[in-house]
Amino acid sequence: MSGVLSGSGRLFRLALRRDWVRMLVWVASLGLGTAAIALTFIEIYSTAEAKQAIIVTMASPAGLAFTGPAHYLSDYNDGSILSHQLLGFTAILIGIMSVLFVVRHTRTEEEAGRAELVRANPVGRYAHLASALLLTGVANVALAALLAVLLPLTGITALTWTGSLIFGAAHVAVGLTFAGVAAVTAQLTQSSRGANGLGIAAVGGAYLLRASGDAAQSDLSWASPIGWAQQSFPYLENRWWPLALNLLAFVALSALSMALSARRDLGSGMRAPRRGRASATSMLRTPLGLTLRLHRGMLLGFAIGLGLLGMSYGPFLGDIETEFSDISFIDETLTAIGGETLIDAFLTMLMTIIAVVAGVYGVMAVLRARSEETSGRGEQVLGTLQSRTTFLANHVIVAVVGSAAIILLAAALLGVTGQPTVDQPVIGKALVAAVIHIPAMWVLIGVATALVGWAPRATVLAWALLGYAGFVGYLGRFLQLPEWAGRLSPFSWLPGYPAEELTVLPLIVLTLVAAGLIALGIVGFRRRDLDTA
Amino acid sequence: MSAAITTRGLVKTFGPTRALDGLDLEVDQGVVHGFLGPNGAGKSTAIRVFLGILRATAGEARILGKDPWHDAVDLHHRLAYVPGDVELWPNLTGGEAIDVLGRLRGGLQDKRRAELIERFDLDPTKKGRTYSKGNRQKVAIIAALSSGADLFLLDEPTAGLDPLMEVVFQDVVRELKSQGKTVLLSSHILAQVERLSDTISIIRRGVIVQSGTLLQMRHLNRTHVEVRTHRPVDDLHTLPGLHDLRREHGAWVFAVDPEHLDATMSHLSGHGIDTLTSNPPTLEELMLRHYGDELSHEHLGEARRA
Repeated sequence: MSGVLSGSGRLFRLALRRDWVRMLVWVASLGLGTAAIALTFIEIYSTAEAKQAIIVTMASPAGLAFTGPAHYLSDYNDGSILSHQLLGFTAILIGIMSVLFVVRHTRTEEEAGRAELVRANPVGRYAHLASALLLTGVANVALAALLAVLLPLTGITALTWTGSLIFGAAHVAVGLTFAGVAAVTAQLTQSSRGANGLGIAAVGGAYLLRASGDAAQSDLSWASPIGWAQQSFPYLENRWWPLALNLLAFVALSALSMALSARRDLGSGMRAPRRGRASATSMLRTPLGLTLRLHRGMLLGFAIGLGLLGMSYGPFLGDIETEFSDISFIDETLTAIGGETLIDAFLTMLMTIIAVVAGVYGVMAVLRARSEETSGRGEQVLGTLQSRTTFLANHVIVAVVGSAAIILLAAALLGVTGQPTVDQPVIGKALVAAVIHIPAMWVLIGVATALVGWAPRATVLAWALLGYAGFVGYLGRFLQLPEWAGRLSPFSWLPGYPAEELTVLPLIVLTLVAAGLIALGIVGFRRRDLDTA
Repeated sequence: MSAAITTRGLVKTFGPTRALDGLDLEVDQGVVHGFLGPNGAGKSTAIRVFLGILRATAGEARILGKDPWHDAVDLHHRLAYVPGDVELWPNLTGGEAIDVLGRLRGGLQDKRRAELIERFDLDPTKKGRTYSKGNRQKVAIIAALSSGADLFLLDEPTAGLDPLMEVVFQDVVRELKSQGKTVLLSSHILAQVERLSDTISIIRRGVIVQSGTLLQMRHLNRTHVEVRTHRPVDDLHTLPGLHDLRREHGAWVFAVDPEHLDATMSHLSGHGIDTLTSNPPTLEELMLRHYGDELSHEHLGEARRA
């Protein structure tokens, strides 16, 4: 088997040519974003009292579940605050970035048929994988380098050169591990959608493992690649060796992916494709039935993922209550978070996260209409008696109903698994908290629909808004953003039930805004040219 | 002359489907070999096995004396491929795509590239996503033909081309042949294959059912005869080897098996031949003979008359 890597260098240069802008955007926004947050943190936690208060907040299982191992709290300086609160969150983004890059240059190329054209040249069997891994490695290393240089330059004394180097290296470590994961998932499924889904599910799984492990202060975090990176304790212990685990996983997964790719045909997955029905069921023959079928896999995937998320946090509700009775100066803390009990505060915060993930589903579901359009399949469907309104509305209906269904499912599972561990009733509370979040999620769907209708090439803005909402929902309460900045997220308009009182008016307004945006989007879609080139 | 492509009992299965079911194919060097068969017969699967991007389940294939799976990279220095369905990178121009593919094989002949762009009337400055199917096809054809390869695997290469470009394509393939290159041309367009091919194989359900020159194939198949005689013939139906016998405008029309052609002609000349037209079987008829049982008899009749 000669020259299995031949042409990797050239494919790498081609990939770089195609993607340097994409890479720059990812690296710059993650790098600059981290530096900006470091500067914000130094403001917020400038006093000893503020530091003490955040330690108390973070010492709860909820706080640890959202951030990282409790050991960071042993010396909560300006550096360890940053690495504790941010690394876990950024790890998700880096993981997703790495998965998207690797799949884009492996399975997507195969699926589009370009790999066949390329491999007919003297290009080795592993060249696509090698070039994709190299490209992703370069993106990760660039981010690490940026962090290692930028953070010490902020002038914050706690952000040392050594610490920043470890902090950056922890980012690369996570990115490389998930690049390896994606290299494997790209071998398993025949579609890039499937490979991305599996890869991102692995990122979510790794995050959940470390969240559960950190909240319970157990060794479970050691089962997670994100956990390994956090065990390097940047700005605290500055340990290199846990990152070696990430590197080892990367090497093993890359080798596995190449071994798998050598065992299969180009363009195929690991299993022979199953055969399906010879004719469509009466359900599939309806426009909505077809749309539902197209969305089935993604909806199921998100339902399972969010269901697991709910179930994995439920059992910790009891711990939160225990913690509550143990801490003497709890009154102060509670007023800081708001709400009757810590459980209420935890539910509020968790539901925002769940709603953002469900929002990811909603936006993806709406944008499915757009990808149907650009793939040319939409043209075929619209060439029949189906109207444009029906076409777009069906996708939006699936998004609206589907996103609501999965958030309710997650909330129900959270309540059911949490109820045995606590004295107060939580199932109803969780469900009401979920219902409250639905209108805000619908606004995101509305924005995506409006963009599909009026600015189809700018649909990335829907992701930007979602990312921002996620950021505010996740870290906003720690960052103490200015009022107007927080208000840009639709979630900020919600009553913070159960931590705060329930008010109905904002929910009605948000629902109306969502409906208006959806209607606007459909009107725009009826007016513009179909984008099929 | 050694063979450019040799396969023995090549089998490729996809789960329960047997796409290739013991394919025996031999293509000599320096010829244009037409590879005929309907959709799903296994043409593209065979070509992808020759490319080493699909791995044969059983059997043997030698391409230019090498194993296509194990020696893929070496082999691809001497081989060029045009798929029937070309996908390009959406944000690269056609010219860039040609160069990228050229670089991947270590460079292309610039003069040849320019000449082909001119002849195929391609605008190399448009982005991949804006090309029509035919223009994407041209990009792949130009990239393949600008290489100095010895063997060309063309899988329905002109599926999206207009008739004018079809003519250019045929000229180019003839030039390749005159330079001693080998071309495996899979196609649906029978006229194209008839005009270009030295040898032809017909593939059906993953097996080669007939192979040879067009002339050889014709010798193996029925000739169409339309004949008027001075004296009426009424015993034609008693002769062996005649098919589809009927009267049309006072003439007898029938098809005759090659081994009975001589006897039939002798019998007819006994009645004094007035006019006689005889047509060797067209490629279409050769194809239909092998696929006829897949069509209903009525359709077959229509196709013959057409």
